[in-house]
Parts: sequence; structure tokens; C-alpha cells
Amino acid sequence: MSNYAAPIRDMQFVMKELAGLDRVAALPGYEEASPDLVDAILEEAGKFAGGVLAPLNFSGDQEGSRWQDGAVTTPAGFKDAYQQFVDNGWPALACDPEYGGQGLPRLVSMVVREMWKASNMAFSLCPMLTQGAIEALALAGSDELKQTFLPNMVSGHWTGTMNLTEPGAGSDLAAVRSRAEPQADGTYKIFGQKIFITWGEHDVAENIVHLVLARTPTAPAGVKGISLFVVPKFMVNADGGLGERNDAWCASIEHKLGIHASPTAVMVFGDHGGATGYLVGEENRGLEYMFIMMNEARIAVGLEGVAISDRAYQQALAYAKDRIQGKDMRVRGGGDVPIIRHPDVRRMLMMMKSQIEAMRALAYVVASALDHAHASPDANDRARNQAFSDLMIPVVKGWCTENANDITSLGVQVHGGMGFIEETGAAQHYRDARITAIYEGTTGIQALDLIGRKIARENGATVKAVIAEMSALDAKLAAQEGADFATIRKALAEGVAAVSACVDFILANFAKEAALVAAGSVPFLKLMGVVSGGWQMARAALAADALLKEGSGDPAFYRAKIATSRFYADHVMPQAAGLARTMLEGGESVLALEEAQF
Amino acid sequence: MKILVPVKRVIDYNVRPRVKADGSAVDLANVKMAMNPFDEIAVEEAMRLKEAGIATEVVVVSCGLPACQETLRTALALGADRAILVETDVELQPLAVAKLLKALAVQEAPQLVILGKQAIDDDSSQTGQMLAALMGWPQAVFASKVTVVDGKAKVAREVDGGTETLEVSLPAVVTTDLRLNEPRYATLPNIMKAKKKPLVTVKPADLGVDVAPRLATLKVAEPAKRKAGAMVADVAALVDKLKNEAKVI
Repeated sequence: MSNYAAPIRDMQFVMKELAGLDRVAALPGYEEASPDLVDAILEEAGKFAGGVLAPLNFSGDQEGSRWQDGAVTTPAGFKDAYQQFVDNGWPALACDPEYGGQGLPRLVSMVVREMWKASNMAFSLCPMLTQGAIEALALAGSDELKQTFLPNMVSGHWTGTMNLTEPGAGSDLAAVRSRAEPQADGTYKIFGQKIFITWGEHDVAENIVHLVLARTPTAPAGVKGISLFVVPKFMVNADGGLGERNDAWCASIEHKLGIHASPTAVMVFGDHGGATGYLVGEENRGLEYMFIMMNEARIAVGLEGVAISDRAYQQALAYAKDRIQGKDMRVRGGGDVPIIRHPDVRRMLMMMKSQIEAMRALAYVVASALDHAHASPDANDRARNQAFSDLMIPVVKGWCTENANDITSLGVQVHGGMGFIEETGAAQHYRDARITAIYEGTTGIQALDLIGRKIARENGATVKAVIAEMSALDAKLAAQEGADFATIRKALAEGVAAVSACVDFILANFAKEAALVAAGSVPFLKLMGVVSGGWQMARAALAADALLKEGSGDPAFYRAKIATSRFYADHVMPQAAGLARTMLEGGESVLALEEAQF
Repeated sequence: MKILVPVKRVIDYNVRPRVKADGSAVDLANVKMAMNPFDEIAVEEAMRLKEAGIATEVVVVSCGLPACQETLRTALALGADRAILVETDVELQPLAVAKLLKALAVQEAPQLVILGKQAIDDDSSQTGQMLAALMGWPQAVFASKVTVVDGKAKVAREVDGGTETLEVSLPAVVTTDLRLNEPRYATLPNIMKAKKKPLVTVKPADLGVDVAPRLATLKVAEPAKRKAGAMVADVAALVDKLKNEAKVI
């Protein structure tokens, strides 16, 4: 069991000093996002996360969701908590005001979503999937579909799902086999089985709106023959009320390593004559719509890595301050002390803290870029920010979630033997974190996206612009005094050189030997993450130093920020050189063995 | 019926207070502040009376630094209609606050003033009682249930050994105890509306109140560290220690 207190101080610092909240609030349509309103939202969302969602995290994991005769019962307290979540208007935060949303920027919703995910990851997946379904419908749905479904989804009265995966179609969606047969009335009958459907069946809301990928009879083979359909659990009557039960049933839910409270459904469509579905957009363009939506789902899962890491850190920190064991090495003949006094425990806590802050900074900076990409009045500015976020999204997703596995593991380690005991609660974060590097595209898929679509295809234009921006920080760091900034500067320069060498390698080799480059793509993704995080931590140290000199705010927080940035430069940034060497020289040995030699 | 709800900005209840090095006060520099939890209960009770159709307007008041605006915005986000800030950088003591509230009560003419039974920073538990005395109004303090019917408030209050029920005629002052209600969480639409609700600022001088402190704080110290416990052999040894060492029986 553990408490969760939203790290509002760091969230505000990152939003204001690194992610440019003031520039986001200056974009047309986002004028409401003034600093005082944002502060109030963070404060109140933090209270809800800590007071309502966090207390259900451990019990939800222990109890889990249960399936019986096609119905799923969520753990005690989840239904009430969801009702309160809806009553308090949180689902609508970033949605289009036309359908009842509050229209706040992604940057704000990103920060609030971090709180939901950290306080109760399994719970947070329900609104997250609904958000994804809302975005897909808003993007490609007809006006009639939008009017029928969006208002109730935006309010949270109905939830949404994404039905992509099938037993034979996981990472490769070209293999989707579910069928959609056109009917005389313009609807379709859907037949097929879908697996791994997050919150695919539950008891927290009255209707579930499934978005389902399927093929029409005339569709071409492969990815170009997949269409997207809306299949509601209950049909919607002309007056907007709920009608007949649709032929979409939950056959079972999975027994998983983590996120036990989140029901992961096997969905069967059309076993009793066909499930009624409505085409979203045009036939055969389903995957295209999904990929636009998926960009935002991927950054949301990257954020999940930040959130679960922070929860694990808060728990480990509380234990390290409380657990009395052994003497302080620096005090001769002293009494027993809390374990936070021991150097290696401190090192572990600093590894957690510094990487969480770097990950949070990068995730919020990308969220801010997405806001500019959507709302900037200047076409060049939109294009530049879109390119930056396209490049960085696989990095945020892959790096933050891989790190989350390491950080939650450190959280267990700080607890010693108690960490291995389920009642302590540290183990849950470790188990819950494991899925984040898998769903919405595994780290391997993210790394392929990064080297192929995001770097090689555009001949490295965006990544080179980012490298130039990182390098431009050197002059500012050089102008600073003291050993902290000297170390941060040297580490960043070495990191940027490592990224630059790998980008040259990708561009030189991708066309002729893609497999060789792909063999080092995950180390490269991690390298991009480590160095981008170091870039943000260097910016954070500069901002903190400026605020210290200005004499405003909380000096202890700013000094800690600089010290944490220095720690990151000492303990995390040195990974860059090793990762680059693996990328540059390690591809051949990956590919060397014949399959029989394994 | 109008309800006036005074709210105090205090150190957040989750924060461990630290005493300044010179022993003059609790150190509040860069410490998280929040609404006094007993006052949150007062805001909630006022909102429930409004939702029940008994109250028509809920006005919140805070006295102190400009940062008290945040506390008032929190109350507005919980549903209060408008706010008044009595702004001063003078350290306010209960009598001064009671006088400021009296001036506002005369101006606003509420039927009910509901406030926390005490603030968690100084634990004085004086403001509500002093305000009632200054106004010449009845008071019902430490309320655990409030019912308003026909110009009267029936208030169950927590006393030693049980509950006492009082009936007071309005206007009156009620102070809240922990069990009166469980405060709600602010809704997102109300948080957004709070920004646009009226908040006026006045100075103590505008209200004709002298807020100069009457009491001097001599010293603030951390509570003594608790000493390690000891096992006793039997009940006789325990009684002996209580009698002769602790001298409590």
C-alpha cells in the first residue's frame, strides 16, 4: 500500500520553464490555459488522484477484474470511482467543445493524465482508450456518427475500445481476418475474434463503443484492405437512448502479469448472426486513421512509463526515509539511521529521480510540440512541430517504458526483501510497468519506426535539426560557472556526438543493409532517449540557475534541480558512448548465427 | 438566505511543519499551503444548504496575504458564488479576524456564518465564538449536523460524552467539526468557472478595523522528542512507575 502525491512542483516547473506553457496558452483556442487556471486544475486533479484513485490501486490489483457468463465485474470501488470521475468532468478535459469538451491543450491533459496513470494505472486505461476512440471518430467519422457517439463518450458516460489485435495479427496488422459484410441499409455485419481488448467489457459505464478493424469482401489483401468500424455494445436508438444488445460479446478475460484491475477482453463479434457496425470514413483506409490516432496513444503510453516510475519512486523514497537499519558511514559511533543515509540507497533513489525528471521533461516538451502542430497559425511552425513530435514519439514511448522497467525494479531493490513481498506494494509497480514496453507497439517496433520512417525516409532532416538545437545549448552551458555546469556541458557534448555518429551510420547504411541498422535500432532508440533526456536536464539546470539568480520561487527546489541534472550527467549520460558503440559496431554479431546455431 | 463562509489559508496538513531557526515562528517559506480542512467542511455544508434550496448565495471570505486568493478560488471551484479578500500583511490574530468578519457580516447581512471550529495552524478555536459575541448572535460550535427550518438552525454538536442538540434562531454562527460532512472534490467545469467568478479585495482600513496584534509570541519550539518506551515486569511495576515516576496517578 502506498500514497500518491502528484509531483505538482516539478510538473509546474517543466510546463512553465521547459515546455513553454505561456506559448501554448498564446495559441488560438487555448487562451483559457492561463497559469493560474492550470495551477488550479493540477491542484484539484492531484487531490482526486491521491484521494479517490490511489487508494484503489493495491486492492484493485489484489482483487482483479472477474469474468462470468460474458459479464465482467471490476474490483470493489472501481465503479463508484469511475462515476465520480465522470461526474467531476475529467474525461472532457482535452476534448472538442463542440461535443461537450473543455478544449484544453494536450500539454495540460498530459500532466493530468500522468496523475491518473500514476495513482491507478489499471483504472487510467479506461479513459485512455476512450480518448483514443474519440480521436479516431473525430478524425474520420461522419457527422451522424459523431453526433450519435461523441457527446456520451466525451462526458465519459460511454467508454471506448480499440479492437485491432487478432490471434494471428499482432504487430503485423496486415494479417487482420475479421470480416465486414455490407447490408442493404448501409450498415455492415461484423464477424471475427479480437484479443487483448483493454476494458473491452466491464460494469463501470452503460455502453461500450468498440472501434473494430475488419475487411470488406472486395478489399485488397494486406494493409491497404482494412477498414474501421464502430460497433456499440448496445445499439443507440433514434432518440439517443440505448436499444438492443449488439452481437459483440466478451468470451473471456486474460490472466496477466500486471494491471489486474484492467479487464483485457477476448471479443467475439457475430457469433449470433453478425454484429452491427458502421463504417468510419472510407473503406480500406482504416489503418491510416488508426496510425494518426496511434501517434497520440504512443506518447500516452510513454507517459505511463513516467507515471508508474514516479509512483515507484514515491514509495521507495517513503520507505528509505522510514526504515531504520545500519549506521551512517560518515558518523563515527552514531546510532542506527534511516537507509536513505546509505550511499547506494541514495544512488538508487537518484537514478530513479533524475531519469523520471528527464523523461517527464521530454514527454511534456513533445506534448507542447503537438499543441503547436495542431493549433499554430503559422504553417511552417505547424510543420516543424509535427516533424519534431513525429521523430520524438517513438523515443518517448520506447525509452520511457524501457526505463520504467528498470526504475520500478530499483523501487523493489530499495525495499530489500520487503520489496519482494506483495503486501509492500512495490512489486505491483514492477509488474504493472512491464506491459508498457509491449503494448501500442513494442520497443522493437518503435525503434524500427524511428530509424526507418522518422530518420532514413526524410534523410535525417528533422533529427539533424534536433542535433543542431542540442549543440546550440553548448554556448549557454559554457557561459555558466562551476563544476556542475562544466560536467553537464561535457556530458551533453559527448552525447550529441554519439547521436550524430549513429545518425550518419543510419543514413549511410539503411538503404543497402537495413537489417544491419535494425539490429542496433533499440540501442539507438535508447541512445536518443538518454541524450534527449540529458538535453532537457541541461535546459532545466539553466532555467533553475536563472531563477535562483533572479531570487524568485523556491531556492531549495532549484538547487536540487541543478544537482539532479549533474547526477544525470555523471550517471546516465555515460551510457551514450556505449550505446553508440553497440549501434555502430554490434550489428554484425547480432546477425552472425544461423538459426540452427542458437 | 445568504451564507458567509470564512476560510483560512494554512500550512497543508500533509506538510511536516518546521520551526524557524530563531524560534520566532513556523517556517512558511516555500511551504505548500492549503485551505484549513475544517473550513473545507464549512464550504461543503454551505454548498449542501444551497443545493437543498435553503441558501441562495454562498459568499466566501479570507483575511491575509494576497496569496489567500488561491484559497478563495479553491472555494469558488467547490461552488461558492463570490469571494471577498481582506488583504493585509499584518499577522492576524483571532480577535482581529473576528472584527473584520463582523464588519463584513454587517455589510453582507448573512443569515448564517459557517466556519471551521479551529484552524490547524494555531488551533485557537476562538474566531467563531468571538464573532458571535461581537454580533450579539447565537452560536452553535463543533457542529456534527446542521438542519435549517423556519428561520432556525438545529445543530447537533459534539460534546464530551455524546451529542448535544441546540436550536438557534438566525442569524447565527456555526462552527464545523470533522464529522459534519465529507467535502467533495471540485469538478473540472467548476474549476474553470471559478476563474470568472467575482473576487473583490478590501483592506482592513476600508472596514474600519484595527488589526494590530494584541498578543506577542514569545517562542515557538518543536514538541519534545518522544523517549523510547520501556517494558515493565508486571502491573504492580506499572502502577509504581505511574505513581512515583510519571506522577500521574
